[in-house]
Amino acid sequence: MKSKNRIMMFALCLLALSTSLASAQNFPVGSKHFYNALDESKPDNDGFIRTWLLLDPIHKPLNNPSFNDSFLRKEFATEYFPGQYDLPKAGDVVKLDKKTKLKWHALESKNFNVRVFRFAKEQDMAGYNVVFFGYTIIDCTMDLVNVRLATGSNSASMWWIDGEEVLLMSGDRRMVMDDCASPLMTLSKGQHILRVCVINGPGLSDFCARFIDEDFNPIKNFTIKTK
Amino acid sequence: MKKIFLSILIAIIYSQVAMAQIGEPFIHDPSTIVECDGKYYTFGTRGGGLISEDGWSWHDGAVRPGGGCAPDAMKIDDRYLIVWNRDGDRGESDKDGVIYTMWNKTLDPNSPLFEYTPEAPVAYTNHFEETDEDSFAIDAGLLLDPTTGRLWVSHGTYFGTIRISEIDPKTGLRVEGNVSVDVAIDCEAPALMYHNGWYYLLGTHGTCCDGVNSTYNIIVGRSRNVTGPYYDNLGRDMMRGGGKMVINAGHRKTGAGHFGRFIVADGVEKASFHWEADMDMGGQSTLAIHPIVWKNDWPVIEDQFVPGTYDIQSERRGYALELAVDFVRMERARTSRAFGTEGSQAEPLQKIKEQTLEDVIGGWPTGNIDVRCGEYMFRPHQKWTVVPVDGPGYLGGPYYKIVIEGTNRALAAAPNKQVIAVPEFTGAPEQLWRIDMLTDGTYRIMPKAAPGCDEEVCLISVADSTPGLGKFDFNSDNSKWNFKQR
Repeated sequence: MKSKNRIMMFALCLLALSTSLASAQNFPVGSKHFYNALDESKPDNDGFIRTWLLLDPIHKPLNNPSFNDSFLRKEFATEYFPGQYDLPKAGDVVKLDKKTKLKWHALESKNFNVRVFRFAKEQDMAGYNVVFFGYTIIDCTMDLVNVRLATGSNSASMWWIDGEEVLLMSGDRRMVMDDCASPLMTLSKGQHILRVCVINGPGLSDFCARFIDEDFNPIKNFTIKTK
Repeated sequence: MKKIFLSILIAIIYSQVAMAQIGEPFIHDPSTIVECDGKYYTFGTRGGGLISEDGWSWHDGAVRPGGGCAPDAMKIDDRYLIVWNRDGDRGESDKDGVIYTMWNKTLDPNSPLFEYTPEAPVAYTNHFEETDEDSFAIDAGLLLDPTTGRLWVSHGTYFGTIRISEIDPKTGLRVEGNVSVDVAIDCEAPALMYHNGWYYLLGTHGTCCDGVNSTYNIIVGRSRNVTGPYYDNLGRDMMRGGGKMVINAGHRKTGAGHFGRFIVADGVEKASFHWEADMDMGGQSTLAIHPIVWKNDWPVIEDQFVPGTYDIQSERRGYALELAVDFVRMERARTSRAFGTEGSQAEPLQKIKEQTLEDVIGGWPTGNIDVRCGEYMFRPHQKWTVVPVDGPGYLGGPYYKIVIEGTNRALAAAPNKQVIAVPEFTGAPEQLWRIDMLTDGTYRIMPKAAPGCDEEVCLISVADSTPGLGKFDFNSDNSKWNFKQR
């Protein structure tokens, strides 16, 4: 009876492992939090940008750091792989070191926020002590004047538009919609690249982003692209 | 002169001291304070808790079996319901939380009636179950809905959503068929309360358990329905991280967390919570009890009363509490530019010295002096120094002596529901005053005892200019006072 139980347990473990590997390989098939992104999409009804190119998490032992401004600027200026600042394509693989290869995914979040901890865990990757990279393309058919990028992140994050830093969210933060907002800016007609880096210690990690006008209304008249 | 100097020095020292519970008020994640047979109890993480005879001095001694963390407690009819969790936080993916309840007929561990019922699981999350992947059943908080009699428990932490589940208030067990509702994200230690047609969900935001670096703070959202949705003051759903701050760090204390509410009387409410670190108590996590004020139906946890020298102003008329002594005129300016007095333009302006105690005290009677109210003119007979007195206190505060600045002449309750100023503070009960900030931000001032009076009374305005003692009525400005520094 005991040996039968052991065989059953072994079979169950194998099944669980194979299911898990299959789900990681086919991600985001069966994901609770993401769809495969379409080439083009619009912000949701509240203006949140749900479509992103996300890189598999970069594991980084953090040893209980203080996510202060200096620490974050140093971390986010670190070059982890060649071409880090170039707009990636879905499916691109980057090499961190001899053992570690990470993949870019074009995903649409099922929620207003982008649950990057779940993005990691659904692929059986580390969700604690990691850095997440994200890109998305904002395509404007007209000038968007006097708008702000309004963001939230868990934990700290940094945001760039067309390579220029627009927001640094320091500290051990929790994600709150419209937690921080950039200075007023004009998104001129054409394409703009929005980039985010999120760093996470222990706990969940996610982020959200939208553009708002001076009256706090969401901006929705642009297209989001992943290539 | 030496006595005057000493009194002023003591007042200055106390005015810079933030008041904290005394004794050994060391606790983390305190449950809502519950009164049982004249004593106050609060339970904390890992078991046990604190007991207080008066609500001011706290000591170890409360007994709660079951380990785990973040309990809550409530009296329902003639029994006490305890709710807490035992969690299985074993890493990034393995977070199985179970909320338990148990009853006791008393919270006094020395009572022969003291015996907990077996623990009963009422809510749980299990990451292996699809539906529970994004919640972690810990940090329970109870609400007995005063409008329906239904009992709710909020639970959850940063790992996923905050949820509300329903418990049967007769059995302490989960209501059959009840399905938990998600109501918030990105907070923990949730608590529910009801006020004026609104349900409030309070959560603790920020970083826990990092001593003086903990950024823990308490936030709130409100809803017309107990099951939400809960919105903050900007209309942000707490499911999107919304929340209006109720209290955070200050006065050398960091990390306010784990809210509980205690209603003392109509208009007198206290918030209990912990400081992650009290820098005046070795950076330990300590129990805090502060007044709750309601502003536009939003709760605010206010600072404790700060000792100092004040104009004690009636809410009724705005007059100031003063000794019934001669008003001593000050020398006024000889010329007036405002009235165009001849020659006044040529004279340089001089600062006028304020009237001092030495200027007038010689004309005051040496025995008891009546107390009245009048227009505040920042004169010595109107300036009261409020200083905490060592010894027993009340829920959230010490008793105070209220003396004329620079003297030991003390405000005292007198027979026939009157108030007087006695020449020397002796520490007699009628000279000890309880000061509670009310939910509208004004104050109730109560003597510890009033001679010849069996009922509980407070300082009231009997007439615009006449103070006295009477029954507290939150709906009357006669019962309310303000402490002004001007």
